[in-house]
Amino acid sequence: MSLRKYLDSVAPHFKNGGRLAKFYVLYEAVDTIFYTPGHVTRGDTHVRDGVDLKRMMILVWLCTFPAIFAGMYNLGLQANTALANMGLDQVDNWHGSIIGLLAGHDPNSVWDNLIYGAAFWLPIYITTFVVGGFWEVLFASVRGHEINEGFFVTSILFSLTLPPDIPLWQVALGISFGVVVGKEIFGGTGKNFLNPALTGRAFLYFAYPAQSSGDSVWTAVDGFSGATALGLASSGGLQAINDAGITWMDAFLGTMQGSVGEVSALALTLGGVVLLVTRVASWRIVSGVLLGMICTTLLFNWIGSDTNPLFALPFWWHMVLGGFAFGLFFMATEPISASMTNTGKWLYGGLIGLMVILIRVINPAFPEGMMLAILFANLIAPLIDYYVVAANIKRRIARHAQ
Amino acid sequence: MSKTKDILYAPIFANNPIALQILGICSALAVTSSLNVTVVMCIALTFVTAFANLSIASIRNIVPSNIRIIVQMTIIASLVILVDQILKAYAYGISKQLSVFVGLIITNCIVMGRAEAFAMQNPPWPSFLDGIGNGLGYSVVLLFVAAIREFFGSGTLFGYEIMTLTTNGGWYYSNGLMLLPPSAFFVIGGFIWILRTLKTDQCEAADFKIAPNNKSEPAL
Repeated sequence: MSLRKYLDSVAPHFKNGGRLAKFYVLYEAVDTIFYTPGHVTRGDTHVRDGVDLKRMMILVWLCTFPAIFAGMYNLGLQANTALANMGLDQVDNWHGSIIGLLAGHDPNSVWDNLIYGAAFWLPIYITTFVVGGFWEVLFASVRGHEINEGFFVTSILFSLTLPPDIPLWQVALGISFGVVVGKEIFGGTGKNFLNPALTGRAFLYFAYPAQSSGDSVWTAVDGFSGATALGLASSGGLQAINDAGITWMDAFLGTMQGSVGEVSALALTLGGVVLLVTRVASWRIVSGVLLGMICTTLLFNWIGSDTNPLFALPFWWHMVLGGFAFGLFFMATEPISASMTNTGKWLYGGLIGLMVILIRVINPAFPEGMMLAILFANLIAPLIDYYVVAANIKRRIARHAQ
Repeated sequence: MSKTKDILYAPIFANNPIALQILGICSALAVTSSLNVTVVMCIALTFVTAFANLSIASIRNIVPSNIRIIVQMTIIASLVILVDQILKAYAYGISKQLSVFVGLIITNCIVMGRAEAFAMQNPPWPSFLDGIGNGLGYSVVLLFVAAIREFFGSGTLFGYEIMTLTTNGGWYYSNGLMLLPPSAFFVIGGFIWILRTLKTDQCEAADFKIAPNNKSEPAL
């Protein structure tokens, strides 16, 4: 029996009055993963695009893959290098047993590094997916909306921002908070004013700072401590980064400390360009962020500071450090929580660019500012739209309504 | 339910000053990181609201309407100073922790709101009960918030250790967010969510209605 026939044959059970009507959302989700929904236009609409929200979200999900593989490779590379330097050849926990089955610990072997990264990142992703998916299905069933592929994106983005060493129960707690408080209590996908992945990440950042920030969490080796490049920069500026042996090319390719998703600016750009070309990500927002970031950095470079070395950090470094590239292509461009109007998108992006540099450079409490900058701009986005629309109305009245 | 009982108990859940009227949020954020402090704050606020209502209701007919706010403020301020002095004399430690927030009871929206909305129109005894009732309504929310924040933030209740923190060699990781005042927003939000699920008459009318989009479609 073909899949289509099978799905059709079980469909009546899930329709109203069927035995499994409660689980209609699950049936619908499975059906539309495999087949384009058979909706036809109703009412006044004449054209219906085949690229619906589901296809769009799956595209974003696929576009994170280069970054995932680059990140996993780097995670393994950092960890295996650290192990080699410490004279160890195994990891004494359940991650280690899995790695032991499939690979060794040679930092020069791509396979070993990838497996090491996967052994740490995949459990995080699976936890995110299962726990977040549970909330998603629960709310979809109770509230009567369909399960949305938006969660594919939320889950993968969330797991990519986490440090590899994080305890899995914290992952579960974080994604629960992100999905429930960041999205579902406002009505689900399309009605959230905050980015759910970042909401969950911010929750972990403030609730468990010891496990999700600092110097010792970024490499999955016990007893190894290595600051992220941004952490180095906030203490000693560009000099400290160079002293640690990180060149701009390393940072661009992504062989440095950091979470899986953020390290490789190159891989992120690959995915990001696909999103831009397919117009899933708004080029206005991306340009706005870049412009805002470059202008603010140049301003700080010009002002200068004797005590704070970050003032002198050039913008091409800011671009490849920390979560900037990741936030730029995948977080800031989330269409739901961003501004809707074209002018608004420029302003929204510019605001993120400004805030991220302000937080990175001036605020001593947070070495990384991308998460907070985007959440902050999410809050302002409706206001930006409101004034853009109001200004447009005012201009048109002045032009025509005399 | 008789009218007197209604005045006393309605503010606890049916017409809660924090959860329904969204008044007095400021102190709910500031003083709820530990239960001991919260209890003292609740008693202080209930005392002030009740006696402010009583005094204002007794003189409500002789207060000229155009200076009534000043009169109310004077009475409330006197009561707050009284509470502050008593706390300083008998519970200095807690008074230090509450710091400026005892003084800020003066500006608490609940006290002023009940004086203006209820005590100015009603006899002393019902006004007194209304003050107690609103104090209780305030206390219910604050105690709920404080219990959650102290339990998950420090692993203790009233200072007694329930879950041993990892920093003391135990198993519980302190949730740092719960120790920060903004977490009270989430907890109060959760309280309102629970309350409105149980008492659906408190839900506001929706601004717009979204058509359900999981209507079964004809099969392909």
